[in-house]
Amino acid sequence: MSDPLQPPVKKNPQKRTVSPTRPPEGRSRAALGLTAAAAEGRFALQCCAECGAVQYPPRDACSTCLSTELPWRDVSPKGTLIADTFVRATTSLYFRDRLPWRTGTVQLDLGPSVICHVHGDCEKGARVVLLNRLDRAGQGVLIATPEKRTPNMQDDPQLRAMSSDPKLRRVLITDARSPNAPALAKALLAAGAAQVFVGEGEIWRPYPERAALETLAVEFLPLDVTDTSSVNRMAAEYGGKIDILINNARFLRPGGVLARGDTGFARDEIEVNYLGLMRLAQAFGPVMCARTGDGVNSAVAWVNILAATSLSNSPEMGCFSASQSAARALSQSLRGEFRSAGLRVMNTYVGPTEDDWHQPLPPPKVTPNALARDVIKGLIDGLEDVYSGDVAKDMAEKYRRDPKVLERELTMGDEA
Amino acid sequence: MTSPLANLATALSSGEIEVIDLTHTLDPDFPVIVLPPEFGQCARFRMEEISAYDHRGPAWKWHNISMSEHTGTHFDAPSHWVSGRDLPQSAVDEIPVDRFVGPVVVIDCSAQSAEDPDFLLRPEHITAWEAEHGPIPPDAWVLMRTDWSKKSGAAYLNMQDDGPHSPGPAPEAIRFLIEDRAIRGFGTETVGTDAGQGMHLSPPYPAHFQLHGAGKYGLQCLHGLDRLPPTGAVLMAAPLKIRNGTGSPLRVLAMIEKDSA
Repeated sequence: MSDPLQPPVKKNPQKRTVSPTRPPEGRSRAALGLTAAAAEGRFALQCCAECGAVQYPPRDACSTCLSTELPWRDVSPKGTLIADTFVRATTSLYFRDRLPWRTGTVQLDLGPSVICHVHGDCEKGARVVLLNRLDRAGQGVLIATPEKRTPNMQDDPQLRAMSSDPKLRRVLITDARSPNAPALAKALLAAGAAQVFVGEGEIWRPYPERAALETLAVEFLPLDVTDTSSVNRMAAEYGGKIDILINNARFLRPGGVLARGDTGFARDEIEVNYLGLMRLAQAFGPVMCARTGDGVNSAVAWVNILAATSLSNSPEMGCFSASQSAARALSQSLRGEFRSAGLRVMNTYVGPTEDDWHQPLPPPKVTPNALARDVIKGLIDGLEDVYSGDVAKDMAEKYRRDPKVLERELTMGDEA
Repeated sequence: MTSPLANLATALSSGEIEVIDLTHTLDPDFPVIVLPPEFGQCARFRMEEISAYDHRGPAWKWHNISMSEHTGTHFDAPSHWVSGRDLPQSAVDEIPVDRFVGPVVVIDCSAQSAEDPDFLLRPEHITAWEAEHGPIPPDAWVLMRTDWSKKSGAAYLNMQDDGPHSPGPAPEAIRFLIEDRAIRGFGTETVGTDAGQGMHLSPPYPAHFQLHGAGKYGLQCLHGLDRLPPTGAVLMAAPLKIRNGTGSPLRVLAMIEKDSA
């Protein structure tokens, strides 16, 4: 079993905060397929389209038949740990701070043997499951884990370094007024979050989620993502205590461009969904990036909750979807800007949600609890992209296959 | 003999006449009227820095601001309401400027409002006030003091599941002020010239509907009407000159005689 994670002691104020470091980032273009799969929590390897041989490490031509058709396929992650060792000295700044570091060789059932990171609970010679995880450099790496869950498995320092686990971390949910705020707060506390803050705008206006949030051990902070001064004030006071930020603020009104006839709601959508994210990033981003090496409760992840229609516009909610696409594009910039610090941007894509604005739409709709569950799981698995609910999963699959086909399906005309 | 203006200037500089501010600070968190969410909404006040003596402009600081015509302490022009849409001079840029300076009377409803957040000002309250203070002069602003401007946070709108609860005028009171007292406009310390539950009166929003239909003006979100005397003050309320504007945030000032409040 892993040693259970202990709450961090209060920091010695005379000690300098550890600067962010990260494992090597360089990869071949072929190897980025591993990263793309890790971003979604999939275990995928290259499989030769001609002879079927499974490849590792990633390469440009098949190791068996030299074919260059090597698509990535989800494959079985099972194998046997045939050798292991501890790295006890290194010139890598990142690993120097984390020694000793266990590595080993796993013989996959599919054939290839893989040099990988090894979870502390794996026994040499035993069956293992390889996980494909993003490391702090944001690249896919493989870690061998015990075939059966072990106590406190998630607390293994090497596995935790590849996750955004909310356990013992402090989380800010930016919009208490969102219908998903109580479910998110509850799920975070259940996952062991040390503290959950919820941002609350316009306290002069009551809202139904308040009562549910009051039953939970959350702290309310005045925060309105459309108000720069409010965001800056909150970041100045609490920025150094936020390890995970979940931006659930969202403004949504139905309608495409012609249905609306003005730019009023569109402006609100941009103010909340796009500029709100930008304000939060400008205020909280720098201080979170400075704290990614700060021990057990280091800053670790930035979560955006985006509509699945940010991938491809759905004209029934055309203007809203456009603001979501803008936010998605901004999140890609943030990924690049946060990369050096190792702060992960996790986008959670969600289809129609169970709330007032989707009331006239047929099911399936994602409930707040289901969304919260997927967010927590995504954090524990250290993902970059989470698709919550069947609609989002389906859209992501179609988007991967052919964005133009998806666009055409979503933009059908009305029957005459 | 000195001119009236010279007398005024002397009185102002000696402090015999004081100028007081009846305006809330434009603040991002100041409440605005809340409508059902499928309707268009009143923009909150927002301020974004353009530069602050920095790389964006080394020697100067300035902001871009945004808001609704009806955010904060603001003026309602007749064109704000459907009843006043076709009147001449119904937009803020068309109103003759002499309308922006004039006599003001204050009807104190603070005691009743403290007891009943849904208090409605009725004609009998007005005539009782006149019995004490004399008739309302023609072409005057009539302000309803409720001390509501001393409230903040959720208590200001006092929004419940059945809507906001704050004092305002009854339909008959507004009709009386327009038809029998020929007022210039009506002002309140609450978020609108109508009571919080004004949508349930007849006509709905009676102050807005009747005032603007008669070419009268509104002032709302006024601050500190307890500092005004019941009679004898002069109100200065000039909205911004916005083309076809239906209203405008503004600085509302009053001239009062020293210690008259």
